[in-house]
Amino acid sequence: MAGTRDRLVAVAALTVVWMLLWGSFSWLTLFGGLLVSVLVLAVFPLPRVTFAGRLRPVGLLRFAVRFVVDLWVASFQLAWTALAGRRAPRSAVLALRLAVRSDLNLTMCAEAVSLVPGSLIVDLDRAAGVLYVHVFDVAGPADVARFRREVRGIERRIIGAVGSDAEIAVVEIAAAQIGDEGGSR
Amino acid sequence: MGVAAVLDAVAGFCLLGGALLSLAAGVGLLRFPDLLSRMHAATKPQVLGLLLILTGTAIRIGTVVDITTLVLVGVFQLITAPVAAHMVGRAAYRAGLVRRELLLTDELAAARGREP
Amino acid sequence: MIVVAVIAAVFLAAAAGMTLVRIVRGPSTLDRIVAMDVLLAITVCAIAAEAAYSRDATGLPILLGLSLLGAVGSVAVARFADPAPRSGPGRPASRKSGTAEGGS
Repeated sequence: MAGTRDRLVAVAALTVVWMLLWGSFSWLTLFGGLLVSVLVLAVFPLPRVTFAGRLRPVGLLRFAVRFVVDLWVASFQLAWTALAGRRAPRSAVLALRLAVRSDLNLTMCAEAVSLVPGSLIVDLDRAAGVLYVHVFDVAGPADVARFRREVRGIERRIIGAVGSDAEIAVVEIAAAQIGDEGGSR
Repeated sequence: MGVAAVLDAVAGFCLLGGALLSLAAGVGLLRFPDLLSRMHAATKPQVLGLLLILTGTAIRIGTVVDITTLVLVGVFQLITAPVAAHMVGRAAYRAGLVRRELLLTDELAAARGREP
Repeated sequence: MIVVAVIAAVFLAAAAGMTLVRIVRGPSTLDRIVAMDVLLAITVCAIAAEAAYSRDATGLPILLGLSLLGAVGSVAVARFADPAPRSGPGRPASRKSGTAEGGS
């Protein structure tokens, strides 16, 4: 049953891409897209990606707005460092443990973290759900703690946007347990 | 008339912002001290710079067919850029191209050091 | 609009020039790959900016191809530049270690 649902999600996504490629939203492109995506998925089956949650418009909007704000702030900070910085900026490689270990969450968090300038995924541990992130322009432990909080916030917003109820509960429990500092839990 | 002028101004602002971010990336690429720092500089034109310029282009052209193309360009870029960045970053770390004296902490080295 | 176009063109050209310097200077293959990626992004920006200036959508399908395939080249090269593509990042260690355990 879950497999059927995953396949339906994939067909819908591919159909949307097909319609965007044609640039017209008509019955012809809709049915053409459905036909092509079913064919593509039959000929090139995807590895199983379980999409356990559901889309939550409010959470999605919250994530998107915050992501765009982060993108602007980080981009212009980095641009300022490049144009006007005088010293050689220090960096750090941090291990960040995610609360939800599903492949989808790991992928989305990694994408979101590395799209924002100033942080870069160096390595990741899929089994344990750990991201190793290279953070640019770190002055001291305060920056490290701030960055850990930011990544936890990103994960919370991603789960809040696409997660299932169980995953949201896990994230909330983890957030309550973390309290102030330390990224190991 | 007024609306068109405002739209043109917004588009021009987007184009200039994107070009400025690209310029900053070029400067960062030259000035930053090691490979991973330069990769951070590289993220800017690939993400926000490109999105700004695509927005400007969408405003200027303004037909549905081309806007959907531009949306897809943005989406594809957002999906593929981190993949490349991750692969290069991982190879850089493993090839020892990280300048350790610039690192405040390195928790990956600790994790790899414990590896039997 | 012509002023905007000229300024944007100058910025993009300067950026492309600096990227080229990095490609020539290296020092490692990966530096060059990163710079190539940036050059590609600047190219995409330039084509899009030209389309915006002339209100002419002819070049836009090129951008689709570039944005989809731009990552493939650097992934391939990074694969070859990686000295030990098989070894994990410390999987067994992080599972055993007390600091990283827990939290499900």
